[in-house]
Amino acid sequence: MSNATVAPLPASKATVNDQIKYRSQAVAKPYFVAAIGLFIGQILFGLIIGLQYFKGDFLFPAIPFGTARMVHTNLLIVWLLFGFMGAGYFLIPEECERELYSPKLAIITFWVFLVAGALTIVGYLGLPYNVLAHITGNDLLPTMGRGYLEQPLITKVGIVLVALSFLFNLSMTLLSGRKTSISIVMMLGLWGLAIFFLFSFVNPNNLVLDKYFWWWVVHLWVEGVWELIMGAMLAFVLVKVTGVDREIIEKWLYLIIAMTLITGIIGTGHHYFWIGTPGYWQLLGSIFSALEPVPFFMMTVFAFNMVKRRRREHPNQAATLWALGTGVMSFLGAGVWGFLGTLSVVNYYTHGTQLTAAHGHMAFYGAYAMVVLTMISYTMPLLRGREANSAAAQKLEKTAFWVMTLAIVGITLSLTAAAVTQVSLQRLSASPLSFMETQQHIMPMYWARFGFGLCFFTGLMMYVTSFFVTGKRES
Amino acid sequence: MSASFTKSTARNIFYGGSVFFFLIFLGLTVDTTMAVPSHNAKAQLTDAAVRGKKIWETRNCAGCHTLIGEGAFFAPELGNVYVRRGPEFIKGWMKAMPTNVPGRRQMPQFNLNDAQLDDLVAFLKYSSQINTNNWPPNIEG
Ligand code: HEM
Ligand code: HEM
Ligand SMILES: [Fe+2]
Repeated sequence: MSNATVAPLPASKATVNDQIKYRSQAVAKPYFVAAIGLFIGQILFGLIIGLQYFKGDFLFPAIPFGTARMVHTNLLIVWLLFGFMGAGYFLIPEECERELYSPKLAIITFWVFLVAGALTIVGYLGLPYNVLAHITGNDLLPTMGRGYLEQPLITKVGIVLVALSFLFNLSMTLLSGRKTSISIVMMLGLWGLAIFFLFSFVNPNNLVLDKYFWWWVVHLWVEGVWELIMGAMLAFVLVKVTGVDREIIEKWLYLIIAMTLITGIIGTGHHYFWIGTPGYWQLLGSIFSALEPVPFFMMTVFAFNMVKRRRREHPNQAATLWALGTGVMSFLGAGVWGFLGTLSVVNYYTHGTQLTAAHGHMAFYGAYAMVVLTMISYTMPLLRGREANSAAAQKLEKTAFWVMTLAIVGITLSLTAAAVTQVSLQRLSASPLSFMETQQHIMPMYWARFGFGLCFFTGLMMYVTSFFVTGKRES
Repeated sequence: MSASFTKSTARNIFYGGSVFFFLIFLGLTVDTTMAVPSHNAKAQLTDAAVRGKKIWETRNCAGCHTLIGEGAFFAPELGNVYVRRGPEFIKGWMKAMPTNVPGRRQMPQFNLNDAQLDDLVAFLKYSSQINTNNWPPNIEG
């Protein structure tokens, strides 16, 4: 079993593929295809809720805002997880210099995850949420109805099983293979992801403690262990496309993730200012989270530095562009927009406003969506049997990069403008307006956000189209 | 970076720093958990409030609203709605939904019975009693 050279493969063409080093790496392909498919779904639901922001009765009561929003955010998380898993199945065998422990298990896991995910979305859209909760065992252990963790208990258990199968498969591969720093950091990040997800089962009746541990999933994911995954994926692609000495790249990787956890763990305190926790969190949370942009800035410098010092001209220029874009956009979205609201004296006024949504969009796109797209950009041509796509396909992919990225900048700026109005009318004013009155003053910004949303969707369609563009291969 | 600064130095900073700060975080978590009851001495987590929390969760209220600033940003803050509007207004509001005003943001009808409405109000009362260090800045949330 351990040397799975005769393992069954998903794509028949993979047997003649000389671009991938280990045949079992081909299991990554369905994961990436599913990720892109779910990404499209996420954006369609984003457009629905973006429209409902100014046309409040759109699709009501068939799809209320809360339902569509849940589909939007859950699809985001699930497609990123598919992306991380695909990345893991490609990266670990390559780094460990051996076949995956069990390609068959990887394919079974894929289908289980996809079907469970699809059924959950059908449940959200087809059943009243309380009915879904009731028939899926929420009365046994209430875990539903909290942001990002809306999944029924059985889905959450399913996610844990899928994660365990995935981690078992990769860990067995790593144990008997070459252990590089990149593969170890990737595995630490993925194990951390699974371990902190277990806090989604913790839901104390005490609202303060409920909120306190909710952030152990949400914050310790995106400002903790996911950054390890992101760093490892970025480092892997940079080693490949730049040919820079692995020792240098891995040194950077360790320094970046050291800064991540040194600042980000106590930085969780920026969510503990007002939820019923002691006042000392205002100082601790402000100081440590104010330093959280540092690792994101290092990520940017790292990407540009490695590309500048490149030892080879890799024909896949689109992948290089995505890698550089990840560095810049994650710093802007997480580092700069996160910082805007992170000091307790500022957060007092911006907490739970459109600034949070502005930051959430640019950070999730700039860091995690883009790093997954970087990995897909680098690996998909290889999985399809060529070193890089044709010049025409790369040109379209690069255009899609710019359209999507600029659209997110547009969405972020619209929501930031919305936040300025909201904070001044509803929070700072001597005679504050009510929430709903304030919203009336912001409508133009929501129109603008929707417009940029349509641009984003256009960019995404160009991106998908780029996979079907053929043409002469670039040398 | 200078050659004397090696990869293994970087790795040691990573492991040492992470473990160190995670342990501090665990210590702070123990302290916070112990301090929460006295910090929130005014908050009455009654049986009705516990049942109300389940209603809040299983109707996905946080899919549109914030509760002490967390949730979604489509509809008003509800952590202090008990103070802003009072119990009778809240129950009447829930029964009157949806408004069906054309173009206005719509809230679903959840068909809660009187006992459920009382539980929900008890939960919102409890939420409003949490010691938020004076957040939000004003009653509008
Ligand atoms: C890629 C990394 C990051 C991602 C994906 C991310 C995403 C998010 C999201 C989605 C929220 C909203 C959570 C909710 O209430 O539903 C949030 C809140 C917040 N984030 Fe980040 N974030 C990242 C990094 C950062 C960094 C580095 C900082 C600080 C410099 C930061 C500061 C904040 C603050 C202060 C809030 C709370 C806003 C409020 O009070 O309403 N974030 N983040
Ligand atoms: C067509 C483009 C998009 C539109 C129109 C859109 C619209 C929205 C809307 C209206 C919300 C709900 C805000 C609220 O709670 O009131 C939302 C939430 C969210 N969206 Fe999007 N979205 C789009 C694309 C994206 C992309 C590309 C990402 C990330 C890669 C993303 C990530 C998120 C996240 C993380 C939240 C939760 C934010 C939070 O809790 O702070 N969205 N989106
Ligand atoms: Fe955070």
